[in-house]
Amino acid sequence: MATQTATLDREKLLDWYYQIVLIRHFENKCDELYREKRITGVYLHLYSGHEAVGVGALAALTLDDHVITAYRDHGIALARGMDPKVAMAEMMGKRTGSSGGKGGSMHLAQRDLNFWGGYAIVGGHLPLATGIALKVRYMEEDAVVLCFIGDGATNNGYFHEALNMSAVWDLPVVWLIENNLVGMGTRVEDSSGQPELSKRAIAYGMKNGGRIDGQNVIEVYHAVSDAVKYAKKRGPVLLEALTYRFRGHGVSDRSYDVRDDLVSELKVWQERDPILVLRSHLVEQFEGVESELEKRDQEAAAIVEAAVKFAEESPAPTFEDLIANVYVGRRYDE
Amino acid sequence: MSERNQPMREALRMALREEMSRDERVFVMGLEVGQWQGTHRVTRGLLEEFGARRVRDTPISEMAIAGAAVGAAMAGLRPVAEIMTINFAFLALDAIVNHAAKIHYMFGGQFTVPLVIRAATGWGNQATATHSHTPEPIFAHFPGLFVGCPSNATDAKGMLKAAIRDENPVLFTEFIALYSKPAPVPDDPDFVLPIGKADIKRAGKDVTIVTFGRGVEWSLNAAEALAKDGVQCEVVDMRWLRPLDIATVIASFKKTNRCVVVEECLPMYSFGSEIAAQIQEKAFDYMDAPVKRVSAMDVPLPYAAEIELMALPNTQKVIDAVKEVL
Repeated sequence: MATQTATLDREKLLDWYYQIVLIRHFENKCDELYREKRITGVYLHLYSGHEAVGVGALAALTLDDHVITAYRDHGIALARGMDPKVAMAEMMGKRTGSSGGKGGSMHLAQRDLNFWGGYAIVGGHLPLATGIALKVRYMEEDAVVLCFIGDGATNNGYFHEALNMSAVWDLPVVWLIENNLVGMGTRVEDSSGQPELSKRAIAYGMKNGGRIDGQNVIEVYHAVSDAVKYAKKRGPVLLEALTYRFRGHGVSDRSYDVRDDLVSELKVWQERDPILVLRSHLVEQFEGVESELEKRDQEAAAIVEAAVKFAEESPAPTFEDLIANVYVGRRYDE
Repeated sequence: MSERNQPMREALRMALREEMSRDERVFVMGLEVGQWQGTHRVTRGLLEEFGARRVRDTPISEMAIAGAAVGAAMAGLRPVAEIMTINFAFLALDAIVNHAAKIHYMFGGQFTVPLVIRAATGWGNQATATHSHTPEPIFAHFPGLFVGCPSNATDAKGMLKAAIRDENPVLFTEFIALYSKPAPVPDDPDFVLPIGKADIKRAGKDVTIVTFGRGVEWSLNAAEALAKDGVQCEVVDMRWLRPLDIATVIASFKKTNRCVVVEECLPMYSFGSEIAAQIQEKAFDYMDAPVKRVSAMDVPLPYAAEIELMALPNTQKVIDAVKEVL
């Protein structure tokens, strides 16, 4: 590990730090706006606690690669490069949002980033990843599909069918499980016969990329980089990043306000907050970096404030938007 | 250009071959489409002609067949995914309804999903309850997804080619009972029938019979028999359940003032329900009789042939229904 980290330069690590704190600020702001009813959708799933997984994994890709995820998608969108203004406008259901205000929190996407979206049916995006990877192989492109999977999604049929198909066809997919130990409220060990989820790879004759520390962005980066190389050349890899969500399943989940056992667990994980883990690494490696970190932190906070302002000043969609895009090249009622 | 009589399965295969030849992005995937040569022999010979890259046998994974087809289509290919029979498409309902149909809309038009899902459909042959669905109206319920079902080999070729060339997702169902029936099929590689356009299969002035798929045959037979009694039926083959060419139905109804809907689907919340509702909304002043529906009976289909056939529509039931509305 030490030899690998030595290859990462200061600027790259500082950029990752910036991305992680940007996501944290963005999510804290979303939570605040939701409570104030300035974001009004019923669903809002925060990425707080997971940031090192998204940032580290996406740092291992190029823009020619492909990304797809589930509904906890804000952090993935930002780490992939979506403008926070456009993401925040989508949260608020504005015309300037990434999906024109028609997708909301769970359906961020950006075509020109090969970010194929957040999906809200558990497991439903997995075969889409298989299909995108099929296109890569079919056209003999040098690219990979990175598919984020919640631990809960490993137990419905989509997981089995999509992973098996990717293995049969040797498709270039990195299947990355974000194991935050719990579905909405059911623990992984109460829902999975094999709670070490990366071992599922064995059943498909697929490369088992193992279990990694999802709080450590550097470890995630190296593990996903290796998986990407393997997947492009040989076929799918299944990786499992252990992480923890610092908030409820969605913003309306108040378990952490009422359950002492969860609060105790959260405290333990907060000691391994991805921000702290990277921060202490940077401070140890680079003398006098603290002021840089402070600067990035302030920048990120300001970007989020500007995003909120942009979103609130943006227009709402119109009736024409309501009826647009039902079909390609045809009116909805034609 | 010429045409010759061919069974519907061969007309469908001709459409697939032509479209695969003209566009490298078009490929076939699904259950037993390659080595087995297709459960209904529609894809026979395609593996040998186009190779395993473009004719892809899949695991028995309906959710992933439909879902991977969605992903491949979003990414720029034009998949034609075969789900052996429509009964198995229920397993893929989420991928079809939540993803194929909605992705263009819910991401604000950023992605398109130009895919075709083919499936054999229809009751009969003692296939029993779980293998005997004609559920096109279920799929046609959802905006974003086109649903087409040809009534003969000629239409099958032109409609399937239109489906493959269209930018929207299409569920394309094919009646098993029609696969072997021949009709004149043009060899023109650009013979394409427009999506969402109904076809008047027989003109008449007394009663409008609205139908699709296998119902066309019963309706034409009924019209032939009724003509001997001086009753002129106009038979409208809808071809597409979505987009629904209701304008053609209304124009015919304004001439005949009477309508019978013939479908092999179940009667509740169905094709017939929709046509009847739209006629009373759009042409109430032209109604001389209630709209009569001929559907399958509202029961699961049993095994024994004697009672299975009781539950299904047939020519005589159409004749009786027309006589009721006269």
